Amino acid sequence: MSGVAVTTTINGDEVEFICQPDETLLDVLRDRLGLTGSKEGCGTGDCGACSVIIDDRLVCSCLVLGAEAAGRKIETIEGMANGDKLHVLQTKFIEHAALQCGVCTPGFLIAAKDLLAKNPNPTEEEIRFGLAGNLCRCTGYDKIVRAVQDAARVMKGA
Amino acid sequence: MGFDASYTGQKFKSVGTRPLRPDGVDKVTGRARYGADFNMPGQLVGRILRSPHAHAKIKKIDTSKAEKLKGVKAVITAADLPDLTDGDAGMYDVLDNCMARKKALYDGHAVAAVAAIDAPTARAALKLIKVDYEVLPHVTDVDEAVKPGGPLLHKTVFTGGVDPKPKKPSNVANRSQYGHGDVEAGFKAADVIIERTYRTEQTHQGYIEPHACVASVNSDGTGELWVCTQGHFVYRQHCAQLLGMDVSKLRVTSSEIGGGFGGKTHVWAEPVALALSRKAGRPVKLVMTRDEVFRASGPTSATSIDIRIGARKDGTITAAEATLRYSCGPYAGMWAELGAMTSFACYDLKNVKSVGYEVLVNRPKVAAYRAPSAPMAAFAVESAIDELAHKIGMDAVKFRIKNAAKEGTKSSYGPVYGPIGIGPTLEAAQKHPHMKAPLGKNQGRGMACGFWFNFGGQTCTDLNIGVDGTVNLAVGTVDVGGSRASLSLVAAEELGIAYEQVKAVVADTATLGYNDMTDGSRGTFSSSMATIFAARNAIKVMRERAAKMWDISVDDVVWEDGHAKAKGKKHGNLAPLSVKEIAAAAPNTGGPIAGHNEIVADGAGVSFATHICDVEVDPQTGSTRVVRYTVVQDAGKAVHPTYVEGQYQGGAAQGIGWALNEEYIYGKDGRLQNAGFLDYRIPVCSDLPMIDTQILEIPNPNHPYGVRGVGETSIVPPLAAIANAVSNAVAVRMTHIPMSPPRILAALEAEKA
Repeated sequence: MSGVAVTTTINGDEVEFICQPDETLLDVLRDRLGLTGSKEGCGTGDCGACSVIIDDRLVCSCLVLGAEAAGRKIETIEGMANGDKLHVLQTKFIEHAALQCGVCTPGFLIAAKDLLAKNPNPTEEEIRFGLAGNLCRCTGYDKIVRAVQDAARVMKGA
Repeated sequence: MGFDASYTGQKFKSVGTRPLRPDGVDKVTGRARYGADFNMPGQLVGRILRSPHAHAKIKKIDTSKAEKLKGVKAVITAADLPDLTDGDAGMYDVLDNCMARKKALYDGHAVAAVAAIDAPTARAALKLIKVDYEVLPHVTDVDEAVKPGGPLLHKTVFTGGVDPKPKKPSNVANRSQYGHGDVEAGFKAADVIIERTYRTEQTHQGYIEPHACVASVNSDGTGELWVCTQGHFVYRQHCAQLLGMDVSKLRVTSSEIGGGFGGKTHVWAEPVALALSRKAGRPVKLVMTRDEVFRASGPTSATSIDIRIGARKDGTITAAEATLRYSCGPYAGMWAELGAMTSFACYDLKNVKSVGYEVLVNRPKVAAYRAPSAPMAAFAVESAIDELAHKIGMDAVKFRIKNAAKEGTKSSYGPVYGPIGIGPTLEAAQKHPHMKAPLGKNQGRGMACGFWFNFGGQTCTDLNIGVDGTVNLAVGTVDVGGSRASLSLVAAEELGIAYEQVKAVVADTATLGYNDMTDGSRGTFSSSMATIFAARNAIKVMRERAAKMWDISVDDVVWEDGHAKAKGKKHGNLAPLSVKEIAAAAPNTGGPIAGHNEIVADGAGVSFATHICDVEVDPQTGSTRVVRYTVVQDAGKAVHPTYVEGQYQGGAAQGIGWALNEEYIYGKDGRLQNAGFLDYRIPVCSDLPMIDTQILEIPNPNHPYGVRGVGETSIVPPLAAIANAVSNAVAVRMTHIPMSPPRILAALEAEKA
């Protein structure tokens, strides 16, 4: 197979890469671009650990081809903080102990950011359904929901 | 130097506070490196070929075509992992499980592996390996496997623990028995007896991070392994033994671990990756797919348990008996034995007997899953206890309180208890507002208790005082859920300095002495004990240095509030010396300052919990929703209460999944039908309510700070608590876990009929 040349924007930076036609965006991010913050928990779109935002849409990067990234804007966990300044959600996840092992955390943060962008004032139920595409096996979700509630409060006040 | 591990009863400054975890920023920014996030120069991609058959003789494996494929650098079979186990039957099973030797014993059993320049080449190479199987009859069900005349896994297995030794081979690998008194006499004294059989299905730990490692073996016999594991020292030992390497020449680094819950206490792919690297002469990265994780790693036992419990009308239990059959996969384990030991541990019983049978089936080798074997036994026992309470007309909590074990009780598995938390957790549950919360239509409330032993084990810790007076703490227990925060708190407490001045890391196998793995809820218990002792050693050194700086006797120097202080009026004008000041002077007072400790952390305090659960069952669909959930558990001392709560909540959530949804489903062909998160559904955020927690602190007398392990007990009561709640909601006794919608509907139909 011959590679596909792709130009895209990742976390605000223009990026060029060559990938195989059947290679997932997740594999491109992790193996070609060194962006290992997105995790592969299943490879079938069931766990959300590889969540990224493409043109304001939350997707599992394991279900997107690298070639499909051409001309799009992609946000990954590596671009969530503004330099040294953590995003409110990142701060609240640490404060509320919303992570134990932390492997699902990048996906949750991306999904929560997308949720709050679309619904800045979610109810507990809306948070629970908004994050239902992300699996966490450690926390029982209690502290994750509380972290997102607290972040929403702070972000509204900002 | 030996230290007294007794509980000090001291007032705490750091322990019990809730600071931010030291690895938090790395984990929210994606910088934390897990098993699959590491690479080595020239690294190849490893992939494993797995048996599609539940039980098959491997007649021949032809790897020649795969070897010829461009980009393939190594192909291995069992022949490349010769048997070096030297009569160690347990290790032989591990070896055979890593790579099938004569027979494939379950769907997913590894039979060959390749290392290639990239993943597509490796995948293509697997398809070119030709395995000639002779398919054999299989058995995957725990009850079917014990029936005589059925498919036999091994002609060489004769049931152990039976006298005289059986003449015929069997799928029952071992029998174990615990208890005391005379159960038959006890049943004669009972007014009411409950007798039932319960079943639980096989579940997986379901960690989100699949097994992953990078292995590198050099031609000089040295090697490195980067791996997600709960115990890198144990992995080193097992891999070195299986590969024929010197332990000291294999350096194992534990990555951040994306969940384990017992499932990462076991080598599977790591020896294969090392063997591939050895053959290819290049580093090999091997990452399991989720399908492989389900088919070939992890699961807990499926069980079938008979319970018989009798009580007098006044609520005194007179006798209790359990017969427990636990599936082990194709190799002997001690899973039924752990079930037999834990089943009646919550109660003070005169007459008790529990018998466990280890049952071999054509399913993956069972691994520990959080308080392994206890949840299923608790499901059976706590369901029967609940039914018994109803039958004699006594409140279920009062009935349990009346029969609860206490200090001085001879436990059903042997030892006599010290101060324990079963009574207090029950009393706290009784008083909890949850018990008075109103129940709606189709709702029911249930409660149940749980027990776990907790372990201690071999532990080694280094504490180094930096030149600026800040502290590096190097521990050897892998941090699975925030233990670097709790251990930093302990170091800060003992030294008398601020939490922020301590940085804890998990050291690799070449830089610290041996540590048992993080299992048995031992991480914080044992490493905090070693940390306290290491800090006491460092304090001793710092007192000596202060004495030298002051030119006084060390006997006149005490350690208080993070400072060396000269005691007595004669030294009254000497200002206390801080850690920072002592560290700054170190080059002139004797060099670097460190404290070291190695121990077998004995005296892990047993752990008890009581859970309360409200559910709502839809009678049309049989679907169950958990509407309210409360965990009450004894922590001994909660070092970092937020992460203790997290352990309580996480265990409860896993128990809820086990109780309501999760199960391995095998077809008649012996193949696993739901090897993915879509069909093996673990709880998602919208499935659960907030999980309320109440931490009780009944100090463990065998730990300076009173700490008990907290990680596992929280998964023990949920199966029973939810089964009791569902049974109360639908007025039908549920005896088969998971209580999936079809199973609940079937129970309702059966009741109507």
